[in-house]
Amino acid sequence: MSLLTIEGVTGGYGGADILHGVDLRVGPGEIVVIIGPNGAGKSTLMKAAFGLVTIREGAVLFERRDITRLRPDQIVREGVSYVPQERNVFPSMTVHENLEMGAFIRDDDIRPQLDKIYDLFPRLGERRDQVAGSMSGGERQMLAMGRALMLEPKLLLLDEPTAGLSPLFMDQTFERIQSINRTGIGILMVEQNAKQALAICDRGYVLTMGRNRVEDTGASLLANKDVAEMFLGG
Amino acid sequence: MLMDFLQVGLYGVVLGSILTLGAIGVSLIYGILRFAHFAHGDLMALGAYFALSLVVGLGFPVWASAPFAIVAAALAAIAIDQIVYRRLRRVEPVILLISSFGIAIALRSIIQLVWGPHNQVYVKGIQMPWRVGDLIVKPDHVWIVLGAVVLVIALHLFLTRTKTGKAMRAMSDNMDLALVSGIPAERVIMATWAVGGGLAAVAGIFLAMDTRLHPVMGWSVLLPVFAAAILGGIGRPYGAIAGGMVIGMAMELSTMIIDPTYKPAVAFGLMVLMLIVRPQGLFKGNA
Amino acid sequence: MEWAGLLTYGVFFVTVAGIYAVLTLGLNVQFGFTGQINIGIAGFFAVGAYTSAILTTAASDHHLGGFGLPFPIGVAGAMVASALVAVVIGWVTMRLRTDYLAIATIGIAEIIRLALKNEEWLTNGVRGVPAIPRPFSETLEFDTLAGLAGLLPDPLEATVLEVLSGPLGAAVLEVLSGPLVSLVVVLVFLALAWWMVERARVSPWGRVLRAIRENEDGVRAAGKDVVRCRLQAFVLGSAIMGMAGALYANFVGFISPEAFLPLYGTFLVWVMLIAGGAGNNTGALVGAFVIWLLWSATQFLTDALGAEYATQAGALRVLLIGVLLQVILILRPQGLVPENGRKGRH
Ligand SMILES: Nc1ncnc2c1ncn2[C@@H]1O[C@H](COP(=O)(O)OP(=O)(O)O)[C@@H](O)[C@H]1O
Ligand SMILES: [Mg+2]
Repeated sequence: MSLLTIEGVTGGYGGADILHGVDLRVGPGEIVVIIGPNGAGKSTLMKAAFGLVTIREGAVLFERRDITRLRPDQIVREGVSYVPQERNVFPSMTVHENLEMGAFIRDDDIRPQLDKIYDLFPRLGERRDQVAGSMSGGERQMLAMGRALMLEPKLLLLDEPTAGLSPLFMDQTFERIQSINRTGIGILMVEQNAKQALAICDRGYVLTMGRNRVEDTGASLLANKDVAEMFLGG
Repeated sequence: MLMDFLQVGLYGVVLGSILTLGAIGVSLIYGILRFAHFAHGDLMALGAYFALSLVVGLGFPVWASAPFAIVAAALAAIAIDQIVYRRLRRVEPVILLISSFGIAIALRSIIQLVWGPHNQVYVKGIQMPWRVGDLIVKPDHVWIVLGAVVLVIALHLFLTRTKTGKAMRAMSDNMDLALVSGIPAERVIMATWAVGGGLAAVAGIFLAMDTRLHPVMGWSVLLPVFAAAILGGIGRPYGAIAGGMVIGMAMELSTMIIDPTYKPAVAFGLMVLMLIVRPQGLFKGNA
Repeated sequence: MEWAGLLTYGVFFVTVAGIYAVLTLGLNVQFGFTGQINIGIAGFFAVGAYTSAILTTAASDHHLGGFGLPFPIGVAGAMVASALVAVVIGWVTMRLRTDYLAIATIGIAEIIRLALKNEEWLTNGVRGVPAIPRPFSETLEFDTLAGLAGLLPDPLEATVLEVLSGPLGAAVLEVLSGPLVSLVVVLVFLALAWWMVERARVSPWGRVLRAIRENEDGVRAAGKDVVRCRLQAFVLGSAIMGMAGALYANFVGFISPEAFLPLYGTFLVWVMLIAGGAGNNTGALVGAFVIWLLWSATQFLTDALGAEYATQAGALRVLLIGVLLQVILILRPQGLVPENGRKGRH
């Protein structure tokens, strides 16, 4: 059984379609990466999985349940968390409050989960009373992931988690993603840094102009000449 | 001269307290729903008149009728939102602006229909003022300022200590992320109207205590309330406190130099000045 | 007699509706074309009315002037004065979200009203400016018509003069020099306003305005000066509102601050534009006449309730129109005559 199944999804933002019959699958515990040129519809595909775009044809299933027509706040309750590409923290709220907002729909004691996040990202623990807007890009990205993890999701959607980060932070982020994945959480992410992303993933998809181009294991995609030419800097 | 200054300054604090309570609501609503709520002044007036019904009808003292007026105004605000604004939320915010202007006019007509068009007061007769040195202090003024301080503290605790309050700040900060986090937007919006409407009722009651009740009282105070909200950075409820105090003070102090009729012009002048030099307000609102 | 009364009422009705139509066209330039919110229409209307009143009345000890100038100069002055106020307000707020413009216009209208009430040297305060001359009424006096008759062949001239001097002539003269002239004047200026606004709408400038309304960033990216275009639209709309003020002052003959409350001056105009169809000039006209008809019809409510409930009836009328606005916004936001290409919002 797969965690997330996207079947022949066609749709967009109300105007012209952006996605044209895209298929994608994430198995339990997998890391799946989407790469592709700018404007290919990677972010749109991610949003389609999260109920944020209008899907005209096709279906999105999460653990066999049809979530195609659900709203984001309903999908969150199914066990999917989403970290948008930009504007992914509450800037005037503290780190701690950001994490609390991530857990808004939980009614149980969230302290154990907070401790886990602070263990995973010690930097956040040190700055729990700092206002998110005053933190660096890398710290904010950590916070965004931490916020999404507060619900203990089964699947985490990450849209370009390393965009704009220094190489050092980038490596750290990929490591973190792997350690999150080791706790059994499935990960679907869009990445510009294709080389590193493909290196840590189980499978990858190449998307161009709203259509599937290639689908393969990470290793094979890294070895694929066409893909290398297009995305891996030759 | 110094004594005059202090005396007028005292009036400024009183007016500032009233404006602050109105401006906080305007700012909260702007932060979350992204539109200038032009019916807020008339919501204040409605709250003041709710209290009048209890004072005149049941012989309640003003302070005892306030809680009922707060609840009634909060419910009225929620009802207006559910019946009208909610249906307009998905279109451009400017439509909400026009709608709220219409609501302002409608509320005023309702007030005229129910309570009549004339000036009214809660308590007839002159209050015996206290003398503090050469300063004349009316008991009502003390209640107004104390009431505002208590409510501002309560609001602060609400926004920083409760889940709903934090969710309001979150929605005002980043609506998309709030939705993606599963924050139930409609419920938080209702809470926002309840808080905004409740504070408006208190502001209206205080304004009526300080002056009188009149169907146009809400519309007349709308300009200074918005000037306060803008000065503090619209969308920033904490800024509204500073904005309210500055505008209230400036309006009262100006009466030492210019004709008091032009008090609203002072609020307007400060607002325009702010829009020219720093449109995002003292506290960086969502300009 | 009844017919005469009905006729007079009809003429009066169309005249006032025509003045409202001019206001609505002005608002259409601001909101319909450009998406700007002006909640201070009454202020621009008042500035126009007072400017024209002061320019056209005979010299008076009670207010500034008057200067006894001809009516067209009164109109021109009214437009310039309103435009100047608009430039100041616009200059401050055009860079910002339209919410700020809306608040600023509320403020300026309120301050204008306070000034009209208090600056007695200028406006005679609450007592108002009386004896504002009706436009062109002198042209239709006996002598003028007699002069015109002189152009006719002799026998005809004699007959015409005879009729003119008789009772029938007096009646005709009375109507012609009174309400009917005002009506014609208002309609002529309405046509002028329509012509200006419609030309503006179809011009390249008008297209830029609509583009700004739909996609401001796109227009900016295309290198157009968005702020400037917006300011021009705001000023043009306000000048037209000033024109309506002049028409009003010279039609009613007496103005006081009470005539420029937000209810009549601003609120009804908004309902008219929204009901008619923002963005569409025909819609603006239709809205003005339909809503003025509705508003006048609710007058019968007052009559039905009787004099002792006059204030309540007045409030009820306003409430009804307020509810009507919400119903239109929710159920038919595109108005009676939708703008081409603008979809309904649902
Ligand atoms: N909110 C939106 N509304 C309309 N079109 C959008 C929106 N976001 C993105 N698009 C369009 O969708 C296409 C795909 O964008 P996106 O999914 O962000 O690409 P990617 O993430 O692959 O760079 C682009 O042509 C973009 O202009
Ligand atoms: Mg993207």
